[in-house]
Amino acid sequence: MRANYPLTCRWALRFASVAACLLFWQIASTHHLTFDLITFEHVPTPMSVLEAAWALLQSNKLLQHLSSSLSRVFSGYLMAALVGMALGLAIGRWHRAEDLLLPPLELLRPIPAVAWIPLAILMFPSSELSMIFITFTGALFPILLNTIHGVEAIDKRLIASAHSLGAKPAAILREVILPGAAPSIVTGLAIGMGTSWFCLVTAEMISGQFGIGYYTWESYVIQNYPDVVVGMLLIGLLGMGSSALVKHLGALATPWYRTQGKTA
Amino acid sequence: MTTRELSGRIDIEHLSLYLGEEKNRLEALHDLSFTVTPGEFICILGPSGCGKSTLLGMLAGHLRHSSGTLLVDDRTIDGPSPERGLVFQHPTLLPWRNVLDNVAFGLKMRGTNKADRHRQAREILDLVGLGDVTQCWPSQLSGGMQQRVEIARVLINQPRLLLMDEPFGALDAQTRLNMQELLLHLWNHICTTVVFVTHDIDEALFLADRVLVMSPRPGRILEELNLDFPRPRSTQLMTNTRFARLKRHCFDLLRHEENRQPHPAFLNLPGKRHSETFTTPRITL
Repeated sequence: MRANYPLTCRWALRFASVAACLLFWQIASTHHLTFDLITFEHVPTPMSVLEAAWALLQSNKLLQHLSSSLSRVFSGYLMAALVGMALGLAIGRWHRAEDLLLPPLELLRPIPAVAWIPLAILMFPSSELSMIFITFTGALFPILLNTIHGVEAIDKRLIASAHSLGAKPAAILREVILPGAAPSIVTGLAIGMGTSWFCLVTAEMISGQFGIGYYTWESYVIQNYPDVVVGMLLIGLLGMGSSALVKHLGALATPWYRTQGKTA
Repeated sequence: MTTRELSGRIDIEHLSLYLGEEKNRLEALHDLSFTVTPGEFICILGPSGCGKSTLLGMLAGHLRHSSGTLLVDDRTIDGPSPERGLVFQHPTLLPWRNVLDNVAFGLKMRGTNKADRHRQAREILDLVGLGDVTQCWPSQLSGGMQQRVEIARVLINQPRLLLMDEPFGALDAQTRLNMQELLLHLWNHICTTVVFVTHDIDEALFLADRVLVMSPRPGRILEELNLDFPRPRSTQLMTNTRFARLKRHCFDLLRHEENRQPHPAFLNLPGKRHSETFTTPRITL
């Protein structure tokens, strides 16, 4: 059960939650708190992070970092969306496709992005392509699995009645299967967007001069810790923003679905 | 609706159906023979599990029979077709299409242009009394309204056969009565053959020209009742003495069958015990 309370209260609570995290960070880093296993001794303070962020903003390199990362994430993500949805539809619809395609995919699924680095470098002619490939692997599986789930969860009676009303297989795919699986596909696309950013640092460890992931890793190597946190926060913000964008577009594409969701 | 020459004749001879494989193979329908004339309204009355829905599934083209012949307008059935419209107990409207587009679906599949199919869909929605909810999502409608959309969606294809599988079984008593009257009103308009499956004696006697009473497991026809109650019929019919006598008769028929020893083929069925698989026919006195 979710209680309904005013929207302003909900937003106040959301901000308070973020503020509490910031406050804890401030206290822990300025007082160099040390617990048993974890120490905040070398963690940069929020102020130093803010200064580093300001410096990055002034240095006009931010735009280059952002555009390189965005283009990598979005190319990998778009490829993953196309491949994931196409394979997911086939696997969810036909047993033969499931037997043929799913076993190798299930085998590849647990392999983390970082383990792909050597092969990605060997397989692709340019480092740019291998970086795109890594973000692709991150986004592929959530999209694929949610598409399969969405297709398999469609009420079989809907397909039977569409058939009875004169729908041919292509029309059933277009009119019943795709829209029926759409809410689940949207969920997969939103999660995939997040995991795609997740793999960005890994991908940009390969090489490069630009990119938020590269910036983060480089800052660590040269022991510029406030910059590391700036990079982390940027990835968090961009990932959150693009996931929200995907969810919003998804909601626009599935208007019937909102009416049966929980009332905000 | 344009009137067409009457079609929708059903010829069934020695029809049997077996379901399942080898060891678990069981006879669902046993040696059915009957004819339905074009434009007739027949009800198939029987307890749950007597194979009446299975019979409808065969007429719709979703299932194939094992032996015997099944002809609709002298042709065998090879798969589902918009000419044999099927209405399920629970509506199967597309949740992502509004009411108007759901009704227009069959015409879209036939390639009718948007303006034409929307015009026809509006006409038929007016006929079922839903002219004012054309832009709603199905989930915003009540069960009875959804079922009316479902019927409109099937009728827009001008089917030779209207196959209905306990279509009002999930509705409350009052809505069910309204829907029964509406259905008779529609049938009067469109002159299509209706095969209506139900376990409700009142419903069968109220709607049909002819009732086929079926026994369970394997499904056989116990008796054929010709009903010559004048049309148009109203719910007053249900308190008529002849109606009550026929109801008593059907009730006895079904109860007699219920107490009969189970068919040997069903003694080893997994799951529910034999005696629990029957629903006592509901009678409202």
